[in-house]
Amino acid sequence: MDQGIATSPRIGDRPRPKKNYLNETKGFWSWAATLDHKRIGIMYLVGVLTSFLMGGIFALLVRLTLLTPSHKLFGKVLLTAEQYNRVFTLHGAIMVFLFIIPAIPASLGNFVLPLMLGAKDVAFPRLNLFSFYLWLTGAIMAIAAMVFGAVDTGWTFYTPYSTTTDGPVTLMTAAVFVLGFSSIFTGLNFIATVHKLRAPGMGWFDLPLFIWGIYATAIIQVLATPVLGITLVLLMLERSFGIGIFDPRIGGDPVLFQHFFWFYSHPAVYIMILPGMAIISELIPTFSQKTIFGYRAIAYSSVSLALVSFIVWGHHMFVAGQSQLATVVFSALTFLVAIPSGVKMFNWMLTMHKGNIKLDTPMLYAISFLTMFAIGGLTGIFLGTLATDVHLTDTYFVVAHFHYVMVGSTVTAFIGGLHYWWPKMTGRMYSEAWGRVGCALWNIGFNMTFLTQFFLGSKGMPRRYYNYLDQFQPLHAFSTVGSWILGLGLFITAAYLLASLRKPMDAPDNPWNGTTLEWKTSSPPIMHNFEEQPVLEREPYDYRPVLVAK
Amino acid sequence: MSTTSVDLQTHGHPAAHAGEHAHDPHHQHHFTTMEQQFDTSKIGMWLFLATEVLLFGGLFVGFGMMQARYPREFVEAHTHLVRWQGALNTVVLLISSFTMVLAVQAAKKSEKGKQVLFLGLTILCACIFLVVKYFEYSHKYEEGWLPGRFYSYKGDSIPACHAAPPGEAAAAAPAANAAPCTNGYATFFSFYFMMTGLHGFHILAGIAVLTWILFRAKRGEFSASYYTPVDLVGLYWHLVDLIWIYLFPLYYLIQ
Repeated sequence: MDQGIATSPRIGDRPRPKKNYLNETKGFWSWAATLDHKRIGIMYLVGVLTSFLMGGIFALLVRLTLLTPSHKLFGKVLLTAEQYNRVFTLHGAIMVFLFIIPAIPASLGNFVLPLMLGAKDVAFPRLNLFSFYLWLTGAIMAIAAMVFGAVDTGWTFYTPYSTTTDGPVTLMTAAVFVLGFSSIFTGLNFIATVHKLRAPGMGWFDLPLFIWGIYATAIIQVLATPVLGITLVLLMLERSFGIGIFDPRIGGDPVLFQHFFWFYSHPAVYIMILPGMAIISELIPTFSQKTIFGYRAIAYSSVSLALVSFIVWGHHMFVAGQSQLATVVFSALTFLVAIPSGVKMFNWMLTMHKGNIKLDTPMLYAISFLTMFAIGGLTGIFLGTLATDVHLTDTYFVVAHFHYVMVGSTVTAFIGGLHYWWPKMTGRMYSEAWGRVGCALWNIGFNMTFLTQFFLGSKGMPRRYYNYLDQFQPLHAFSTVGSWILGLGLFITAAYLLASLRKPMDAPDNPWNGTTLEWKTSSPPIMHNFEEQPVLEREPYDYRPVLVAK
Repeated sequence: MSTTSVDLQTHGHPAAHAGEHAHDPHHQHHFTTMEQQFDTSKIGMWLFLATEVLLFGGLFVGFGMMQARYPREFVEAHTHLVRWQGALNTVVLLISSFTMVLAVQAAKKSEKGKQVLFLGLTILCACIFLVVKYFEYSHKYEEGWLPGRFYSYKGDSIPACHAAPPGEAAAAAPAANAAPCTNGYATFFSFYFMMTGLHGFHILAGIAVLTWILFRAKRGEFSASYYTPVDLVGLYWHLVDLIWIYLFPLYYLIQ
């Protein structure tokens, strides 16, 4: 290979192959029936981004309705109370089940994970395609539920409201059941892939940290999602047969539903955040050109977050009639979450310390992640503390907290990762200048929208309410204006990314001087990922120039 | 594998196909060795079984919660399950697990005749199980021991379903929920039908995949060098049996 002193391959080191995964085969069926993880990843990406757009429009609608206490715009009521309930339910359900849970693992993860391992594909390519079609089926069912009158239960489907309200709740829960199995199969596939398809020479502690994060996510997907599945089946049976498990009128226990639901949905929060952290663990060392600080600590913290996620679900139910002992125990366990999260934060910051930092767009998103995750994480401690949580439960403070974690952190990391791997996926560079504009608007808009909601919540504004007191109007209006800036930032981002697709391919194999294996193949990669089986010769995140004597 | 993998292989991978030797037709292009492929499939199956355990786990927890709520009703209601029928089904499934093991052994030793025989016996046991279950279910149907709002037992050995306290029912219940049961008996039979029903569904799925590999075994597809599907279906079948081993004492033997 290299002779004498060489650095990692840069622009022009090697001609771009004529055939790549995008143009190797053509036609509708070459995509619809593909077994290639890269194409499946792209199809997922299109799917989740479409869902993001839908959920985003509903979110803007919710904010617009709350602009004034009269809900009037130009003299007309924008949404009635019932419509408002449906719209925020659709926003929540779409964003959680259709967008954010599959967003990083199924789209970017599908594309990048086998490449990072030096593998030709995931372990079970047919299962991978099946999982995509399950996602599509679930999405179609969810949209059908919207068309047939929409659901007004909130994304949590709490009983007994969900067992008695009208509307296609059964169809919506069936959709979520199907989406859950799509998620399970993706996780199962990734675990088997990481165990058995690593490149020769790649041990567990040579894995890029992205893989560790996705692996930890996959454990949760496999072990938590079936419980959600059976809970939703029970909910459907309660609605149709009155089996008497959740509805108190027929001898059931509504708190049991909450236990079941959060036994999945708390770990699901980590299905959302761990892949975001996984991306950040790639972006920060690459754009600091410095070895990651505390590799093993970050790897272990991902797995321990996955494990801790299973024993803290009760913190969603501090005021729901859970025993005081359980409440105290769950509160104490919840504080454990702060430890691995803190480990990661400090390691990322120490990685940047004295690094050769380049403020390209992905790195700007990574730094945004650090600030927003700090806010989202620390306010989580307020909510885990019993005395404060009793006051803050079901207020905008909770809304702001989880939006900082899910949107401010996960979606920020997702957009950062999308920019980072965009050249690899499409073979094209995007406009760096517009990228910075988009990132700036995203930051301003997001913080305006949601920082405000911490104040609203601590002043007593309850979440999900259609009406509010006049005194909250200035803050609500400020938050709504923020949502417009947020929307504008995303619109600009979508525009310049799509515009880049019209250019001829101009991306080098390794535009960021990354060290993981996906940068060793062409941009975009060939159908089989690598010309020859890559062998791991150096640890990941080793940015020193290579001295090779042959 | 499908045509796609054949298509992929023709593009040539000198490293992966060193020497271009003739390889096993079951060998997929992204695995280096058959052994690696087998181990990967096994990991996948074990993970799938873990999800199955958790799926049933939700129901077991739900049963436990409701039993704690209605201990007297649950014990009384269980006396109406026919113990010998449950015991017979337990024996039938244990035998089927044994014949499944023999089928996997036969595949490992490339013995085609024995594979077909033992797979056939396993399917037969599964069918016997379902026939017994049919008699159990139809008995309960006739007596009206049905889940939730369909509970309509009128006899006197256990109480009939009570209506909810009149005030509550009139306040909120839609017409479909007119006479809800609050006495725990209906809840017991809800769980009985849900858990044995979900288990029965898994028996049906088992019969389907067993039949599928029976036909493949008849064609002589499995041998010592490739028997992954037999092995994986075997794992699945043992889990389905194992779940019944827990269901039997829970429903038929509780005191």
